[in-house]
Amino acid sequence: MSFDFALIATSLPKILQGLGLTLNLLVVSTLLGLLLAVGILLMRLSQHAWLVWPAKAYIYFFRGTPLLVQLFIIYYGLPQFGLLRHSFLWPLLREPYWCSVIALALNTAAYVSEILRGGVLGVDKGLIEAGKALGLTKFQRASRITTPLAVRLALPAYSNEIVSMLKSTALASTVTLMEMTGVARTIVADTFAPYEIFIAATIIYLVLVWFIQTAFTLIEGYANRHVRKG
Amino acid sequence: MTGIVDLEQVNKFYGDYHALRNVDLSVAKGEKVVVCGPSGSGKSTMIRCINRLEEHDSGRIVVDGKELTDDESKIESVRREVGMVFQAFNLFPHMTVLQNLTLAPRLVHKKPRGEAEEAAMKYLTRVRIHDQANKYPSQLSGGQQQRVAIARALCMNPEVMLFDEPTSALDPEMISEVLDVMTDLAREGMTMICVTHEMGFARSVADRIVFMDNGEIIETSTPADFFAAPKTERARTFLGQILAH
Repeated sequence: MSFDFALIATSLPKILQGLGLTLNLLVVSTLLGLLLAVGILLMRLSQHAWLVWPAKAYIYFFRGTPLLVQLFIIYYGLPQFGLLRHSFLWPLLREPYWCSVIALALNTAAYVSEILRGGVLGVDKGLIEAGKALGLTKFQRASRITTPLAVRLALPAYSNEIVSMLKSTALASTVTLMEMTGVARTIVADTFAPYEIFIAATIIYLVLVWFIQTAFTLIEGYANRHVRKG
Repeated sequence: MTGIVDLEQVNKFYGDYHALRNVDLSVAKGEKVVVCGPSGSGKSTMIRCINRLEEHDSGRIVVDGKELTDDESKIESVRREVGMVFQAFNLFPHMTVLQNLTLAPRLVHKKPRGEAEEAAMKYLTRVRIHDQANKYPSQLSGGQQQRVAIARALCMNPEVMLFDEPTSALDPEMISEVLDVMTDLAREGMTMICVTHEMGFARSVADRIVFMDNGEIIETSTPADFFAAPKTERARTFLGQILAH
């Protein structure tokens, strides 16, 4: 068996046809996941057990089971319920795209809410007291002190999560989506050359990750400009 | 009791621990009270109750006619009249000095930005640090940060200022720059309640010294009496330890 460098070069543009869908899955599910994560975070940080408990259960479930299994449950499992097939959700749940987005978003929300909670808990209690002592309301303290500082603390872990999400989008290929890994798998089926094709896909993923990491380095540098001595 | 700050039979528990025992204290407008005592004696807990950073379990605390209860809006209105300076400065690290000073006046008093900044610069000048307005707290020394913290509290035009060991976290050479600012403030007639171990400051500025031990106020006297002839054995021991070297 010989290694065919030319095949990598010719398959790159083909795999890149899946780039749009990969990025689409990444961006849409990350944003939806973030929204959901904030909601779960607020429940988790609440004083009321009846809000905390469901949030904990949610986090336990989605962190405790494989994303692939979650995706299969949504894609193969939910349509078994006649009730769902007749509900307003059906137009979404019969689309592999939306099943993938929902699975990715639900899963990342569990991780991100915990990442954000770490940020919130890391905010110096003295700063909250200073806000109280100045007469700021609870909402003002949350929006001007806790949130900006918690976000800064959470950024490094959050960038990790985005990288992780990029790689997770590959699972969408298992439910017929032609994102990059899906495209790569079809090319493999045609060429019987998994080695070259998946190396080509690897290269593209690594380039994307490099962009994500660089973007977060810049964001973190900007967000932490106050820490530099001058 | 007709002071601007009145504590009446205040008790506070942390679980089983009795942190404040039947504390009575009335501070008149313009009065400067220094609170001292061994660590763990309840000094900080007491002044933190005055702006409800701690909740008292029984008794009454009335600040400028408003009694502190669970009523959140009343708590906020008391906090607007009571400035506080912390041991750890507690400046907002993500904001410049000027933003630290204008945040509360803009949000709480709804002052326009220009007006808030003008007032902030006035107070920064008073604490002799106006040239640092656009720096971040991490770029300042401890003494400078504490002076910014004092200016930040003053920007709210408080009726009363609480100081919770304002010099305890400072390097020795920076203590006097902070005490100088506090002394100026005292001369201008501010009502002040200071928890501090700076006995020189207490002697020169305080109208009254309150000595606490084990959650109780066990002695209240003028500085002259307190230092010359402490009434209680515990105060004598404390002074012996603190003035020994």
